[in-house]
Amino acid sequence: MEYVIEMLNIRKEFPGIVANDNITVQLKSGEIHALLGENGAGKSTLMNVLFGLYQPEQGEIHVKGKKVNISDPNVANDLGIGMVHQHFMLVEPFTVTQNIILGSEPTKKGKINLKKAEKEVQELSDKYGLRVDATAKISDISVGMQQRVEILKTLYRGADVLIFDEPTAVLTPQEITELIEIMHALVAEGKSIILITHKLKEIMQVCDRCTVIRKGKGIGTVNVEDTNVNELASLMVGREVSFKTEKKPAEPKETVLEIKNLIVKDTRKVEMVKGLNLDVRAGEIVGIAGIDGNGQTDLIEAITGLAKSSSGSIQLNNKKITNLSPRKVTESGVGHIPQDRHKFGLVLDFPIGENMVLRTYYQKPYSKYKVLNYKEIYQKAKTLIAEYDVRTPSVYTKARALSGGNQQKAIIAREVDRSPDLLIAAQPTRGLDVGAIEFIHQKLIEERDKGKAILLLSFELDEILDVSDRIAVIFDGKIVADVHPDETSEQELGLLMAGSKTKEAGDHHAFE
Amino acid sequence: MHSNKWFNILVPIISVIIGLLSGAIIMLVSGYNPIQGYVALFNGAFGDLYFFGETIRQTTPYILTGLAIAFAFRAGLFNIGAEGQVIVGWLAAVWIGTSMEAPMYIHLPLALFVAALAGAFWGFIPGLLKARLGVHEVIVTIMMNYIALYSANAIIRRVLTDSADKTETIASSASLASEWLEGLTYFSRMHYGIMIALFAAVIMWFIIERTNIGYELKSVGYNQHASKYAGMSVKRNIVLAMVISGAFAGLAGSMEGLGTYGNMTVSSGFSNIGFDGIAVALLGANTAIGVVLAAFLFGALKVGALNMPTHAGVPNELVDIIIALIIFFVASSYIIRWIILRFKKEEK
Amino acid sequence: MKNRTFILLFAIMASVAVVLSACGGNESSNKDNAAANKSESEDYSVAIVTDEGGVDDKSFNQSSWEGLKAWGEEQGLSKGNGFDYAQSSDESDYLPNLTRLTRDGYNLIFGVGFLLQDAVTKVAEQNPDTNYAIIDTVVEAPNVASITFAEHEGSFLAGVAAAMKTKTDKLGFIGGVDSDLINKFEAGFEAGAKSVNPDIEVDIQYVGNFSSAADGKLIATRMYENDTDIIYHAAGAAGNGVFAQAKDLKQNDPDREIWVIGVDRDQHEEGKIGEHNVTFTSMVKRVDLSVQEVSDMGAKDAFPGGEVLEFGLVDDGVSLAKTNEEAMSDDIISAVDEWKEKITNGDVTVPKTRDELKEFEESL
Repeated sequence: MEYVIEMLNIRKEFPGIVANDNITVQLKSGEIHALLGENGAGKSTLMNVLFGLYQPEQGEIHVKGKKVNISDPNVANDLGIGMVHQHFMLVEPFTVTQNIILGSEPTKKGKINLKKAEKEVQELSDKYGLRVDATAKISDISVGMQQRVEILKTLYRGADVLIFDEPTAVLTPQEITELIEIMHALVAEGKSIILITHKLKEIMQVCDRCTVIRKGKGIGTVNVEDTNVNELASLMVGREVSFKTEKKPAEPKETVLEIKNLIVKDTRKVEMVKGLNLDVRAGEIVGIAGIDGNGQTDLIEAITGLAKSSSGSIQLNNKKITNLSPRKVTESGVGHIPQDRHKFGLVLDFPIGENMVLRTYYQKPYSKYKVLNYKEIYQKAKTLIAEYDVRTPSVYTKARALSGGNQQKAIIAREVDRSPDLLIAAQPTRGLDVGAIEFIHQKLIEERDKGKAILLLSFELDEILDVSDRIAVIFDGKIVADVHPDETSEQELGLLMAGSKTKEAGDHHAFE
Repeated sequence: MHSNKWFNILVPIISVIIGLLSGAIIMLVSGYNPIQGYVALFNGAFGDLYFFGETIRQTTPYILTGLAIAFAFRAGLFNIGAEGQVIVGWLAAVWIGTSMEAPMYIHLPLALFVAALAGAFWGFIPGLLKARLGVHEVIVTIMMNYIALYSANAIIRRVLTDSADKTETIASSASLASEWLEGLTYFSRMHYGIMIALFAAVIMWFIIERTNIGYELKSVGYNQHASKYAGMSVKRNIVLAMVISGAFAGLAGSMEGLGTYGNMTVSSGFSNIGFDGIAVALLGANTAIGVVLAAFLFGALKVGALNMPTHAGVPNELVDIIIALIIFFVASSYIIRWIILRFKKEEK
Repeated sequence: MKNRTFILLFAIMASVAVVLSACGGNESSNKDNAAANKSESEDYSVAIVTDEGGVDDKSFNQSSWEGLKAWGEEQGLSKGNGFDYAQSSDESDYLPNLTRLTRDGYNLIFGVGFLLQDAVTKVAEQNPDTNYAIIDTVVEAPNVASITFAEHEGSFLAGVAAAMKTKTDKLGFIGGVDSDLINKFEAGFEAGAKSVNPDIEVDIQYVGNFSSAADGKLIATRMYENDTDIIYHAAGAAGNGVFAQAKDLKQNDPDREIWVIGVDRDQHEEGKIGEHNVTFTSMVKRVDLSVQEVSDMGAKDAFPGGEVLEFGLVDDGVSLAKTNEEAMSDDIISAVDEWKEKITNGDVTVPKTRDELKEFEESL
């Protein structure tokens, strides 16, 4: 079989690191080829080499059997290589068509022929079943459709090979199913696809073959038919990976967090939490399951002091912490791993070392008489980085330069190290690879075993079921059910989360 | 790390060189001798101790306005209002300097303090509006510049004098002028203010790099959400940044009022010390030491340029273009950065 | 680490600057000597320092420069060699410019305009061996000659001419900065107009500076809209906006009688629009003559240091231009000459300030 694209023995170095070391990827015509690797393994670098954003130090690229030199993205475009980026590159106030033709506008005497372009875009969309409205504004359409606009963009420019960079990270389960259908349709029309991912399930579902990269090295290419999730995982991580977190049964003790009749309004003054009751005890992990937008974020912001609650009470160790400032809440013993680590968790332009004291910088020994002691700060940072295996060139490296997994580990190190009585972990594993997820889950359980109360928020049911000792289902701003993970199923939780079945909170476990 | 550091130093130096080269091309094309032109520029800035003194004199307020703007930048705020803060600081310093009698050890520090206070107040208003109501500081500070300019003119005419165009000269007990420095530099107007400016640079460095306040300000500048999460008061820090920034700019005004001129004149337009401070801050990469170096360059260009028409025959208009070009390339160091990276890439 | 490198770098830069300046110092002091020698052995050298307007302001500074050029060429000198100018872009440049020219060895340096008063005072005190002259104001120092003009007298004649010319009986006066000097123009003009016709209205406005033509134009627009048909400006380069507005109006409606009275120089050229000319006349202040004359005196070792020289109607230091023959009809000219006679022989004392103007009006 003819290869459409061959990347042979590619080597790419950055100052201090070899990002790609002798990697070979061969893409067959009409296949969906997965590029699997942990965060920071070098997948994106490799694809940026193919797309002309980086020049490799060694190695050759062949397109349809001919050796090529892809010096910039325009060359890649001309060769029929298109990339669907993880972060969409769309102009929000423009329409779908305007975005698609941006940079290659069909003109007639200097005037853009929008009508013609709209027709072409619509035809293209219909051909591949993308169901995109060519005249809609980007700001009005869903994330899933925005992604399809990105796909259309590459098709409009005549791409035969499409590179998808972590396409499912931003999608809902339904949208993922749709995307998979679209990929199949594209292949059926003769396109070839490279799928960058670290989600094993997806690979099993859609891919034909899979090339695994680990720490910048090419590990090999396997036929998906001949392998399974466990094998892929150990190829990727380099050791056996357990998907079921090992843990002892919980031994819940005294109540640490007690929320009564809590009402929280969001910035638009809409009530998001509507009289919520919840308890978390020492030595247990309570998972909050729910569909995004049912008040989870507001609940957590209210507990941590980031948002004001309009009524009700929040108590920590029998002391009221309702509407205290974030600092007071932190000081009274709450740790918080925020949902959006870039927005809240880190100051990305600070060195990772300084991020380690983001919550404690004003305390001794990091600061005396309001003067910072950087020696102490970096000493502490070094200790934490070693202890939590945060991989960074140095403590002086900007947090921005770290991979998502290492950023998250740094946050967890910072929050857990303060040894708070209550640890709130909001989507702690979002966007992370198997190895990092495993590490984080272990840390949470360790803390539980030390007798801390843990509140876990996640949109991944697998995670909730796997890690929690007790599951509180949130729907429409209230806890509608309180179930034990061993006594429930994904199906039941799904129904509870959708509000179509109610189970009075407290059915299974009595609340004090 | 290492290559990065050299890169950061290399970029501004190359910017300056390209600016000078393009200025040379302009002179060549217009039929003037660029070597003569730059020799005149250099001599006009460093030619002898008089010019060196004038360069230092010009550098002094630039350091302070540069610090003011850099300080606000570090907290993510664009203080275009340094110009207005300079004006109120200048006025306040001259007011104190002319209206009271006191021994020098009280009078001079008081005049400086009140100037800083006036500038701080002028920064406080936009800071408060930004923190409380989210009004963009750029708009407010631009308006505040005009308010400062015309209020100062009105106060000079109606309050400080009887509709004269300039205030009286300040008492010698409030003056920064130094006969010793003037004598040393053949009657340049160099004054003790340079020491205040350099000290202010150390203060700025210390606040930003070594204190809780600096840590919080930088944090707020980079990421307000994370700062709030970390327990900092974003609003308080915004106001504080504008207040400190304004105080630096106010001090810059006092350099002119207590040092260079010893009075204040009714002015139809801005002094530009505050606006030039923006370029100084950018060129200095918003660091204290960078600001000092950049201010020195700007001071030298400004003073040296005066020498080009008489000593090299280059017309004033052309001198303005050349200086603007140098500043342009310096300010657009981003482009230079990009080009260097491009070259590096090609090498490999 | 990083900071240490920076400090090192700064230290190196600073020391380089000091070394260079030391070298440069020798070089330039040699040059100074050369310049001084040159001026002793060769000719008397003269320079001017302009105010914010610059030597092409079509007004005061330009006139000074033209005078100096004329003087220099008479002496067989050339620009940069015997005479020169330095332009100031703002007030912080005055003193450096004066000092620089002093150090370049010029024998006589003019400060053009009252804005340079402080700077000239200071530099004259610091350099007692150099001669200075200040125009339009007085600096009391043995090595400074102060040149003033009887602008109020010239403005009075402009007022007379305007009062006879106006059809709407509304005149305008646009000043640069509200100051003693410009008040002389204002008072003289109004007095002249009211001497002819006490019922005439004079609208008085100030731009606030001498440089913004845009602001000048704006004020002129409003005045012309209010039926004012003649505007006298004493606003330096800002007055160019008055001409611009008058020309705009004239172009749109060539039949409209609309005039500007220029100041300092004969601004006839500025008023040309097609075959018309909106410059009615100009209150000519012969700054050029004064520069020439004082330079001459200096060159002949008769520098009038410490003296105040007033140039008035008597010696044609101020006068009314008659270039626009069409507009300046014979009866206007004869009236102007009549009033000139009365002023020069002392029958009429022209007011210099608003207070004096009030008295003058009462005496009418």
